[in-house]
Amino acid sequence: MSELFLRAIFADNLVLSYFLGLCTYLAISKRLDTALGLAAAMIVVQTLTVPINYLIQRYLLLEGAWAWAGLPDVDLTFLKLIAFIGVIAAAVQILEMTLDRYVPALYRALGIYLPLITVNCAILGGSLFMAERQYDFGESVVFGLGSGIGWALAIALLAAIRERLRYADVPEGLRGLGITFVVTGLISMGFTAFSSVALP
Amino acid sequence: MAGSRHRFFTPLIDENPVTLQILGICSALAVTTSMTTALTMSAALTAVLMAASGLISALRNHMPKSIRLILQITIIASLVIITDLVLQAYAFDISKRLSIFVSLVVTNCLVLGRAETFAMHNPPGPSILDGLGNALGYSLILMIVGFVRELLGRGTLFGFTVLPSVEDGGWFQPLGVMLLAPSAFVILGLLIWAIRAWRPAQVEANEYPLTARAEG
Repeated sequence: MSELFLRAIFADNLVLSYFLGLCTYLAISKRLDTALGLAAAMIVVQTLTVPINYLIQRYLLLEGAWAWAGLPDVDLTFLKLIAFIGVIAAAVQILEMTLDRYVPALYRALGIYLPLITVNCAILGGSLFMAERQYDFGESVVFGLGSGIGWALAIALLAAIRERLRYADVPEGLRGLGITFVVTGLISMGFTAFSSVALP
Repeated sequence: MAGSRHRFFTPLIDENPVTLQILGICSALAVTTSMTTALTMSAALTAVLMAASGLISALRNHMPKSIRLILQITIIASLVIITDLVLQAYAFDISKRLSIFVSLVVTNCLVLGRAETFAMHNPPGPSILDGLGNALGYSLILMIVGFVRELLGRGTLFGFTVLPSVEDGGWFQPLGVMLLAPSAFVILGLLIWAIRAWRPAQVEANEYPLTARAEG
């Protein structure tokens, strides 16, 4: 379990080794404080949706999941994609309403980032990886939390570097998007080093 | 006719969805370790984007404004599921190598972006053409990055040996790093630099200009 957790954060980092959630990653990393808000929202949503999607898949979609209702031959696996998207959209909506009602301060801090997360490939990708790699419930909780933290770590790093980049004299054509990609490449190179570290 | 030619060609370089608008990069880089996967992914995206633009445009007058996003996502998701199943049926090996990335076309900002900005306001014909143009712009970037990574990483193109590697008695020493994730970021960064050097209109404004400080 701890190995899965550490791999999800470092070696198999969603954004740095699977390129997931790049659009948001590049768009919201100009300032560190907004990046941290998005990072927190990301951890929460990822930790919630991967296990929920696991339960949906296990008890509603897979072949034989409807055996308890006397329908052992029903196989709804093809609906996986639509079901996952629906679950993610619903989970984000419910989370938003709950936060608004009970933790208004946190809601105001995360508010604008939550809807953005619904269409983030990293969230859907996390759930799809869970399905493809056939994690069990415990593993999917750990994987959700780990991959969320990994994504958050990556965007915090990039935002901190981009704040410094303002003082750099970047060549004209490389300014903005270009240099951001090169920096991400270097961060990613650093993270590949983790894949050769022996984990406890 | 000039209008449709314009609509078709501008997304290739001048308004390339990947390098200028930062749309759809999520799925663009992961599949570029070889030309074969890049080409399959491009074909899948082209099919989905054209069909989605056409369908959404045809239904645009029947969609209530308040639930249009849900309808658009459902249409796109259904098309992606069909594409994924077709790939699994006819090209199972490649479908395995593309792993989850075909499914991730659903959250590809490019598809939803074109639906929302273009297909919702234009008739099906131009929308399909707009979808094709943008899909080809995306494919072009994918193929260029895939070309560099496969050629330098393995010395092959589409699996055929171009540069004979040292292991097979040739002279080319494959650069293993090209097959790892970091190289994709750096190649795309340099590609953007090259395009912007060619088309200076795309250069981003300097938000924090450096000013020379007076001596003393």
